[in-house]
Amino acid sequence: MMNGTVLLEVYKLSKSFGGVHAVTLLNFELHKGELLGIIGPNGSGKTTTVNLITGFVKATSGRVVYKGQEITSWAPYRIVRLGIARTFQMVKPFYQLPAFKNMIIPLYSPRVKQLAGGKYGDRNAVALDLLEEVGFERDAQVAYKVASVLPQGYLKRLELAKAIALQPDLLILDELFSGLSLAEVASIVPIIEKLLQEGKTIIMIEHRLKELFRIASRVIVLNYGMKIAEGPPDKVMESDEVKKAYLGSE
Amino acid sequence: MQKRKERVDRGIKARSEDVFAISSWREMLYLSGPRLLPVAGFIVLPLILGIYWQKVLLSVAVFALLAISWDMLAQSSMVSLGQALFFGMGAYCSGIMNHYWGVPPLISIPIAAVAGAVICTILLLPVLRLRGVYFSMVTLIIPLMLERIIEATKIFGGTEGLSGLDPFPSRWVELYVVLAALLAALFGFRRLMTSDYGLVLRAINDNDRSVMNAGINIYWFKAQALFISSAIGAFAGAFMTHVYMFVGMPVFALDYSILPIAAAIVGGPGSMAGATLGAFILVPLSEVLRGAGGLRIVFYGMLLVVFIVALPEGIFHFVQRKYHQFERWVAVE
Amino acid sequence: MLLGTIVYAVINSVILALTAIGFNLTFGISGVANFAYGAFYILAAFATWILMNSLGLPYLLSAVLSILFSAFLGAVMYRVVLLRVRGQVLSEVIATFGIGLAILELFRYLGFVGIEYSLPVFIDESFLIGGVYVDMQRILIVLCSVALIILLWVFIHHTSMGLAFRGIAQDERTALTFGMDADWIATLSVSLGAGLAAIAATIIVPLGTISVGQGYDVLLNALAVSIIGGLGSTGGVIVASFLVGFAQRFTDSYIGSHWTLIVSLVAILLVLVIKPSGLYGKQKELEERI
Repeated sequence: MMNGTVLLEVYKLSKSFGGVHAVTLLNFELHKGELLGIIGPNGSGKTTTVNLITGFVKATSGRVVYKGQEITSWAPYRIVRLGIARTFQMVKPFYQLPAFKNMIIPLYSPRVKQLAGGKYGDRNAVALDLLEEVGFERDAQVAYKVASVLPQGYLKRLELAKAIALQPDLLILDELFSGLSLAEVASIVPIIEKLLQEGKTIIMIEHRLKELFRIASRVIVLNYGMKIAEGPPDKVMESDEVKKAYLGSE
Repeated sequence: MQKRKERVDRGIKARSEDVFAISSWREMLYLSGPRLLPVAGFIVLPLILGIYWQKVLLSVAVFALLAISWDMLAQSSMVSLGQALFFGMGAYCSGIMNHYWGVPPLISIPIAAVAGAVICTILLLPVLRLRGVYFSMVTLIIPLMLERIIEATKIFGGTEGLSGLDPFPSRWVELYVVLAALLAALFGFRRLMTSDYGLVLRAINDNDRSVMNAGINIYWFKAQALFISSAIGAFAGAFMTHVYMFVGMPVFALDYSILPIAAAIVGGPGSMAGATLGAFILVPLSEVLRGAGGLRIVFYGMLLVVFIVALPEGIFHFVQRKYHQFERWVAVE
Repeated sequence: MLLGTIVYAVINSVILALTAIGFNLTFGISGVANFAYGAFYILAAFATWILMNSLGLPYLLSAVLSILFSAFLGAVMYRVVLLRVRGQVLSEVIATFGIGLAILELFRYLGFVGIEYSLPVFIDESFLIGGVYVDMQRILIVLCSVALIILLWVFIHHTSMGLAFRGIAQDERTALTFGMDADWIATLSVSLGAGLAAIAATIIVPLGTISVGQGYDVLLNALAVSIIGGLGSTGGVIVASFLVGFAQRFTDSYIGSHWTLIVSLVAILLVLVIKPSGLYGKQKELEERI
């Protein structure tokens, strides 16, 4: 079991959209410093869970507690200010703006100002630095390129940079690897590992199981909105129920 | 051989980028020209125009202010169909202060601008959380309802309104005050919307979920944009109250809502200069067409549709593009 | 007095509901807020008048033709104008607003103003109900509205097209994956809304003269009722119409006619403060639009 304090607690979390039970009585704990993977077949409620935690969707019932504070019905912007940042599965940057201008929005956040002691500083410079950290080559001036001309790999990294800019303690990445080549994934993994080393806690929703299992210490499996397995990656994949969920029953 | 059109920046634009702008008089003129022209124009025009056209210029300035107000709201994801609400609120605030308490115009107008803005912002606050269409619906209804309520309840003078209000010291003061306000609004809001603050507002328009995700309270930002815009509108209304020395229910009429939208759309939405340009074109045009009566509004309606569908960039951006770039035919490889 | 007030309250509420249903339905199905709604209403009324008085066609035929014409025009408006700016709220609102404006003011400019512009009532009789005289036309309005609502309900719940409408209304993306053509459905929804406006006009306009101002009033009422009842909810429209209709009528009878509009405004403001999306509004707040 992970050492360290419990950062996030999800307790009997449920969400129904009309008759559709997207998430049902979900329970799990997240420990500081770990990388938790959330996996499951399509429609199993992974993204809804993230939306519930980050306030984009109001829970039907249940509780989300972060650092001892109940955040269950909070608005997203308040949750971000507590230190949780997320990326979206479908990246939608501000296409007409250059990549580094896209970063201005998160850098304008009150959280960033608060952490910087009340002064915003030179946002453009910070943006360029952050983008370089996620792999925007400085000499090729990729950061100055308009978002509409950037390939998916860079857009995903931009999305990651936007989340990092908020200096979160908990980072939730929704299918960061989707649409990326093996080489691109391989180049992003070190960035994630560095974030872990810096003391951040990460939740990753993924379909790319092989790549995820290399870095995740623990994994939760969802199916039809319910947790069906939890544990170290290899142990979890041995479970019959998990196999059935992914491959379907005969 | 097939050809395609290519747009290339003009030489002088490239030469006047960055620090090279001060390398020669021509470059400096190229850059400063478009900015000095309106300033010079606003100072000189009142002196050369006759009284009738001075009144038209006044009207242009007022509608330009309303158009700028509309444009700022539109850039912040709020499409207002009721500029008349802000206009009328400011008009009545100033009129009431002047009529019942004798507050002189030069004091009542600024107060009315703020008071009107406060009232309108509070009124529209609940709608900010809903889909954009709601804002349009509510801003359309409320001024028209207020118009009829005033007529029915006869408050604040009812159909006769409040008359005999204090005018400005002279018509020169009148004109230059509003022109100064227009210049301040034009350059000030252009600056605001191109700054990082404006970037956040425009980002809310583009993808509000993303901005929320960045830890920014989009409702607070929208409320701020609403307050600022309605303050401009209220100022325009308060100002006109003392030009006419009268305030009555017509201040909430649809006319004050339609023309600013037409001006902004024809001139070019997304830039305050476009809104101003649109007002400069449409208001005198409307004066000239005064004989056609109701046909003018038909004209505005069609103008709105044609421009929003076919020429969304508006005249200003078209001109701006021509100023900075030229087109040429190039062989397709 | 009480019974008479109630009778007229019911009638007014029904009239309100009838005028608002088309607008609300269009929005509920395809998310198009048709600000030219009032224009379609008046257009249908004038079209009927022109067909009757200039071409000498019988009343019923003129009315039916006008309704079809209105529906057709709605479809044309969508395909020619709205299709090009679909999805951009600013453009949709401005475009429909501009069209509505142009149509209404064109009629005013062309001189369609005056007492001679009126449509005859269907049957010219009155009945004594609850101590007040109620003319046949008003009774017909109530009957027709009820019939219309029932027809619409059957249509929406029991035909495949109605099912398609509901599918798109509930979840556009999923409906698209089922092969539904969202653009066609949207065209039909605007057409339906315009047609309903025309039907409403045909039944209601005979109560007075056709006036351009009425076009604006119809749009305002549709907006007000939609805000209170909830955009997209037909049930909400009906409930809101009755609330507003009763409130207005009772205010008119017992307090004074100049307070009726204040009642409406207060109702709108109250709804905005307490439940902004309307009584039966299904509009989720911005955050839930994922």
